Amino acid sequence: MKNLIDIKDLSVEEIDDLIEVAKDIIANPEKYSHKCDNKILATLFFEPSTRTRLSFESAMLRLGGKVLGFSEASSSSVSKGETVSDTIRIVGCYSDIIAMRHPKEGAPLVASFKSVVPIINAGDGGHNHPTQTLTDLLTIKCEKNRLDNLTIGLCGDLKFGRTVHSLISAMSRYKGIKFVLISPDELKLPEYVKKDVLDKNNIEYCETKNIEEYIGDLDILYMTRVQKERFFNEEDYIRLKDYYILNKDKLKNAKEDLCILHPLPRVNEISVDVDDDPRACYFKQANYGRYIRMALILKMLEVK
Amino acid sequence: MNIDSIKNGYVIDHIKAGRAMRIYELLHLNDLDCQVAIITNAKSKKTGTKDIIKIDRDIPINLDALGFIDHNTTVNIVKNDKIVEKKKLSLPEKIVNLATCSNPRCITSSEKTLDQIFILTDKENEVYRCKYCEMSLKKKQ
Ligand SMILES: [Zn+2]
Repeated sequence: MKNLIDIKDLSVEEIDDLIEVAKDIIANPEKYSHKCDNKILATLFFEPSTRTRLSFESAMLRLGGKVLGFSEASSSSVSKGETVSDTIRIVGCYSDIIAMRHPKEGAPLVASFKSVVPIINAGDGGHNHPTQTLTDLLTIKCEKNRLDNLTIGLCGDLKFGRTVHSLISAMSRYKGIKFVLISPDELKLPEYVKKDVLDKNNIEYCETKNIEEYIGDLDILYMTRVQKERFFNEEDYIRLKDYYILNKDKLKNAKEDLCILHPLPRVNEISVDVDDDPRACYFKQANYGRYIRMALILKMLEVK
Repeated sequence: MNIDSIKNGYVIDHIKAGRAMRIYELLHLNDLDCQVAIITNAKSKKTGTKDIIKIDRDIPINLDALGFIDHNTTVNIVKNDKIVEKKKLSLPEKIVNLATCSNPRCITSSEKTLDQIFILTDKENEVYRCKYCEMSLKKKQ
């Protein structure tokens, strides 16, 4: 694997392989603590995302490697108008692997054309964020011990939510997956995702506005945040942002072993009274994110 | 000019009525100094009306561009006053610099030197998506 730009770049076997390595890292962290001695990860964040950047940097440090980079475009030559290709060619001289986040969709793909070192897309606008999807898959695998035969509820912004679209396309490759799509009318899953992914793979799904309607059927409940920057008008945002608030009361008919996920940061879609519920897995999810990034760095640097 | 007689060149036939000017522009026919005839709203047995373009010179023609605009068009190649070949067109798998991405968040909106590349992702519904951001291309009718 030269680059990871889109989760679809990975086969099911490659994903399963990454998950196995990540599980082994969780079980035997000391075995991996010097695997990347003398290797350098560059984190090029053309837009800030502290959480994702720290996850990558922590992953590399835990492997014994070193990190360098920048955390926003204003502190880099990009603000002077340098192209992505030029920046990447220069940084390739200083590092062995690059994790890149960029506000423009497709920028990591452009970077990969000219890069001499592997590129990991750490998020490009509202487009792809493959390491978030890998994080979600590792979390599901570790918490449910399987990736097939699951009923997955997706709740909130299903229209613009890129993590939701990637998760649907990744999970649609496993057997026995059903989706419950929970959203207001304005934020429903786009038709092309239903057609190109769900219908194409004969995936069963239903749509509802009511979070409680199918809650008893769910194995996974994936909550998302309604993002302000996706709206053109403030009124719509304000009206839709509090459409779903998951609280203890709404969970009363949910399964004992439901697994509640959220890509974080949350605003108020999950009430804090859920945090201590054993079914809340979203903080664990952040921890799994580091492990899967460790596995990914190892794989891309071809470290055995 | 007798528009029926092309010595060496092309008769682009069965163009959907109204699309001839777009083809004229995309093939840069205005740059040619030979005779070019555009016939609009000609009678057609199949579709009622159609457009036709005749070019009196053997120039290289971008068949992908033609196929992209209207793949039902036929290209007749004329040599020594005779049609020697009829080319059937199909939707190209990939088009380069024939359309621009309308997504303001796309990398092509800020880096103008990048080629505008679209990939055919749904043949049945003629959907093209931007290679960079995957936004679907709204085809002009
Ligand atoms: Zn685009």
